[in-house]
Amino acid sequence: MIWLDTLVQGILLGGLYALFAAGLSLVFGIMRLVNLAHGDLIVFAAYLVLMGVTLLGLSPWVAALVAMPLMFFIGWLLQTAVLNRVLGKDILPPLLVTFGLSVALQNGLLEAFSADSRRIPAGPLEGASLDLGLVTVGVMPLLTFASAVLAIVALNGLFYHTALGRAFRATSDDAVTAGLMGIEPKRIFAVATGIAMVVVTIAALYLGMRSNFDPAIGPARLIYAFEAVIIGGLGSLWGTLAGGVIIGVAQTFGAAVNPEWQILAGHIAFLVVMLLKPRGLFPRAVD
Amino acid sequence: MLLQTHGLTANYGQFRALFGVDIAVAAGECVAIIGANGAGKSTLMRSITGVIRNEPGMVLHRGAPIGALSSAEVMKRGIAMVPEGRRLFPSLTVEENLQIGGQVRKAPGPWDLDAIYDLFPILRERRRNPGTALSGGQQQMVAIGRALMSNPELLLCDEISLGLAPVVIRDIYTALPRIRAGGAAIVLVEQDIGKALAVADRVYCMMEGRVTLVANAAEVSRQQIHAAYFGEAA
Repeated sequence: MIWLDTLVQGILLGGLYALFAAGLSLVFGIMRLVNLAHGDLIVFAAYLVLMGVTLLGLSPWVAALVAMPLMFFIGWLLQTAVLNRVLGKDILPPLLVTFGLSVALQNGLLEAFSADSRRIPAGPLEGASLDLGLVTVGVMPLLTFASAVLAIVALNGLFYHTALGRAFRATSDDAVTAGLMGIEPKRIFAVATGIAMVVVTIAALYLGMRSNFDPAIGPARLIYAFEAVIIGGLGSLWGTLAGGVIIGVAQTFGAAVNPEWQILAGHIAFLVVMLLKPRGLFPRAVD
Repeated sequence: MLLQTHGLTANYGQFRALFGVDIAVAAGECVAIIGANGAGKSTLMRSITGVIRNEPGMVLHRGAPIGALSSAEVMKRGIAMVPEGRRLFPSLTVEENLQIGGQVRKAPGPWDLDAIYDLFPILRERRRNPGTALSGGQQQMVAIGRALMSNPELLLCDEISLGLAPVVIRDIYTALPRIRAGGAAIVLVEQDIGKALAVADRVYCMMEGRVTLVANAAEVSRQQIHAAYFGEAA
């Protein structure tokens, strides 16, 4: 029974990792850009939500709703003012720029909020649990997982059933020909990064409510997100969810064996998948 | 004039591909641009559509300088392109490939999904297929339909018969009069001189980055074409 419990906890934890990863997956799928500041942007958004709660007295949910358009704008601005200038055939400049942004964000947050551990207060939800008969699950992990599934359903709907999604896919296929259709690839990229930042805000909300955070934890979140994207197959959103779940399950099983093995087990699962399926579980046909 | 190039030059790095090209297209007109491989025809198309950027005054649309605009801005002015090699979007179905052509600019006019499917009925059957799962000829039909979806004033067709079987080329050329009847001016870039002359009002011949002949398609002689095409005295 303990193993079933561990499995369920792992799957639910995977929801959090999928939320970390969904924005990264979207941006990579559209513009082949790996944003090394992704984890730090999650932490930044967590502080934004925290400020909404502490300074404005909002509930975390409302604070996240308020933070979403703000984060969309930040993503749009980041892409327009910085990342669009370095995107090109060479993949190194965007890596260097986002790495620099990551360092700057961490230090900026350290200046603004100190190194103290913070948490977004979630009230009675924090400890609430649901008895499902065989297993008991926390309400918060359940909400996280449900949000991850919803976010991925929404992103997939956007990607495959809207005019904007059509423009995303066309630009990803062939930016020059997309230009001949009247589409400005750089504007499409800016909107995509904006949307990724909205998902980042959701990830930040759960990150901040479920555990303590401080300005230095971004890079580790990036690693989990990156592993989830790679396991799932580059550019596949459902694959990203599967990747998150695999890391989550590996981590909870690792922790069940020995608490020191939690993080290590996640990374080992990643390496095993890479050995067996170097292109990930659900690689897109085109690439 | 609907479209004019004025002393248009273009370079690929050190290599100069166009040396002061002047062409003009009137509204509703069908103009053929012929020339051998490497004559600069595709470079001319890429310069007009903003894939290659130039000085503003080198390309004029209704007298306004558009030489320095992006492809998207040029397209929004009503200049649509059927690119060489068709360039369908592999991630999109046939129908989505068509829809994306009229997604940003949709001028009033005869062309919509139904009209395209009437023009090329086979596409209606294949509309749920990925664009790249079609035969070359069908892909060319999608590429033409995609460019028509915005109801352009000017349709640039770059090598639409290249690599296709004669019977397929005939099907595609049969559609051109119907496209003209819809009101769009057409620029046909072709290596197949006979096909081009049969549908065009006027013909430009290019060689080594220069225009070597401008003529009325109905009156031009084989000798004139031969001289302009190969650069030999007739």
